[in-house]
Amino acid sequence: MAALGMLDSANLNGGQKLAVKYFTVAIALFGAQILFGLLAGLQYLYPDFLYGVLDFSVNRMVHINAMVVWLLYGFIGATYWLLEDEAQHPVVGLALGNLIFWVLTLAVAVVVVVYLLIQIGPGEHSTIWLINEGREYIEAPRWADIGIVVSVLVFFYNVAATFAKGRYTGIGGVLTLDLIALAGLYLAGVFYTPNISVDQYWWWWVIHLWVEATWEVLVGCLMAYALIKTLGVRRKIVETWLYIEVALMFGSGILGLGHHYFWIGTPEYWFTIGGFFSALEPIPLVAMVVHSVFDAGAHKMKSTNHPALAWIIAHAFGNFFGAGVWGFMHTLPQINLYTHGTQWSASHGHLAFFGAYVTIVIGFIYLALQKWRGNVWMSGGLVDGGWKWKWSLALLHIGMIGMTIGLLVAGYEQSQIERAIEGSTWTGYFAAQAHQWFQQGIFWRQIFGWVFAAGFVLLVWDLMTIGKRETRPIQAMQAEAA
Amino acid sequence: MTEATWWASESFWRKTAIWVTAVSFVILIFLTFDSLSQISAGSKRVPAYSVINHRIDYVFDEKRNFQVPVIGPEEPLFGKKLTEEEAAALVSRGKVTTQAKNCMNCHTLLGNGAYFAPDLTKAWLDPSWGSKEAREQLMVDFLKDPSDKLHNAIGRRMPNLGITDDEARAVVAFLKWMSAIDTNGFPYNFKPIDQSDPAPAAPTATAAPGAIGSPAQN
Ligand code: HEM
Ligand code: HEM
Ligand SMILES: [Fe+2]
Repeated sequence: MAALGMLDSANLNGGQKLAVKYFTVAIALFGAQILFGLLAGLQYLYPDFLYGVLDFSVNRMVHINAMVVWLLYGFIGATYWLLEDEAQHPVVGLALGNLIFWVLTLAVAVVVVVYLLIQIGPGEHSTIWLINEGREYIEAPRWADIGIVVSVLVFFYNVAATFAKGRYTGIGGVLTLDLIALAGLYLAGVFYTPNISVDQYWWWWVIHLWVEATWEVLVGCLMAYALIKTLGVRRKIVETWLYIEVALMFGSGILGLGHHYFWIGTPEYWFTIGGFFSALEPIPLVAMVVHSVFDAGAHKMKSTNHPALAWIIAHAFGNFFGAGVWGFMHTLPQINLYTHGTQWSASHGHLAFFGAYVTIVIGFIYLALQKWRGNVWMSGGLVDGGWKWKWSLALLHIGMIGMTIGLLVAGYEQSQIERAIEGSTWTGYFAAQAHQWFQQGIFWRQIFGWVFAAGFVLLVWDLMTIGKRETRPIQAMQAEAA
Repeated sequence: MTEATWWASESFWRKTAIWVTAVSFVILIFLTFDSLSQISAGSKRVPAYSVINHRIDYVFDEKRNFQVPVIGPEEPLFGKKLTEEEAAALVSRGKVTTQAKNCMNCHTLLGNGAYFAPDLTKAWLDPSWGSKEAREQLMVDFLKDPSDKLHNAIGRRMPNLGITDDEARAVVAFLKWMSAIDTNGFPYNFKPIDQSDPAPAAPTATAAPGAIGSPAQN
């Protein structure tokens, strides 16, 4: 085994070697997401910026697609990370898994290059097959959809077969079932229909049932594993909590889908069903906060990996505020009538994706780096005082909260002026966009966007250096009495 | 101490999780069948594509307490009445074009998409087009090259997306059809373009006050 503090893949098991590849691409795409977010944000302030070269639609598409792909890479990486440990068995079909990693990454690269250089095509089906599908978040052209489905099937085979050959823990069982649902839902977005109501009906199956059901349960599994790892919480407690969270999450999130069916042509009964069940969605998120904070407190914050634990706690709070509070604020139809499709949605979308998903993926990357460097010390009293991880965490949060508030101000103004007063005509839309409160909101969004970007640079620097000159081995964990 | 309470038992919560998920999912499937039948093209909420042969308005409904689409007298798009198949093909071509040109990453459709440009749900009915007679051609011209046709003072311009004449007409057909979908009153308080027929031969322009308040207004 290599010296402590050196990045050495001999420190990792097979699944973990694959995991760090996924993490590396994830971070690169996170960088791309931020870059194109900044470009799109600038176009709000300077409409002629890159006009006709990289139009807003292109920048925004790359921005949100990079996000979806890097978070999925983060989830796949995290799953491969814990797989052998959890199943107590080497990953089944690892060579195939490796091959698929390269195929998928190549496909992603081609898709992005086509987005940037070709951008759009003639109004024919060939465009949907080859260039872009033009449906928000799932713009990937049809050929890539097929590739994604095949890749996910291989991934799923790796996971299910490894648990089957090794052992199925509670976490393993929930994870496997959840992955079936997650992959199956993607198929709801892989078809064409001229009927825009039917189109959006199924489109929301993918988007909502991902982020408010299957992704939530997936990160619930990741959090359960991370709490065992960083704090040494007893498995029985963690897994009981996981089942409670699954019950609450699916119990509210599946029918909560109805909060997207108020205005797309679907019947009026969705007002009641969507409003009621989505209003319950914050409950499991509160449960997660209680769970993680209680566990951390019960262990007197004595963790084996401070940055990872900090990001896991950030996840619990971020999920609660971004999804739970910001989501709840506009989920009742009486309010959503005015906020639907305004900067309100953007405010919530940013805080929720960041708080719920970015945080936990970063937490896992810290777990990975610790082991990759030979299980080094990552508790309190790091060599440089840990200023880099602390400051990057702070800057990323300040940046994100600042953007969220800026967009919220813009969203309030827009829902009042464009929606309530002007009735959403084109004139009304631009009256609201030109209003100084709106302009101030998006100006501050941009400023805090730069803060966020600075936090990202620091994060990357920290990920490359943390534990480098460390000579102490990982802090011993006091296991709970069984 | 461990087995004492049911509510702290792992197996109880495992079963609960499975049951809650299964029941929710079954209800969703059931509602999906019902919703899909209510939003198929040609249903009450989502009209047949041939609705583009008619005038479409958006009028306040006392009973539902919000505006609803109202299908009016025959007013064929581009003056040409289409069969159901022709209309379906045209609208579909328009829909594909909106996807191929990535409209949704600047605009919202039915309120979903991006927020850089106006919502298109009722674009067909927008008063900015001036008059209902000029509207069709203005829309086609705009779509074919919007880059010098600003609708605002903040300098935001739609880019030239290389939309052909045929594609533009198809997109207009799609927009006209979309404006006829019953969206439960979204967008609220919308002020549609005046589509009333010219008042029957009022002698002079000075008679104007009497011409206001035609039935199509709300
Ligand atoms: C981590 C979980 C969540 C994520 C990542 C998330 C993300 C998003 C995003 C990105 C959108 C905008 C979609 C678009 O582009 O049109 C959205 C819309 C919405 N979300 Fe969430 N969300 C989450 C959880 C929640 C929860 C728990 C609630 C309710 C309690 C909620 C309520 C809503 C509503 C009502 C809308 C529709 C906004 C509109 O009408 O424009 N979300 N969400
Ligand atoms: C430097 C930081 C960022 C900037 C300047 C930025 C900017 C933008 C802009 C301009 C849009 C388009 C909004 C519109 O249609 O009007 C957007 C959309 C979006 N961004 Fe970001 N973004 C940043 C970071 C992030 C991060 C970190 C996330 C999540 C992890 C994120 C998630 C999203 C989502 C989900 C949408 C779609 C929202 C919706 O449709 O409601 N962004 N962003
Ligand atoms: Fe949702």
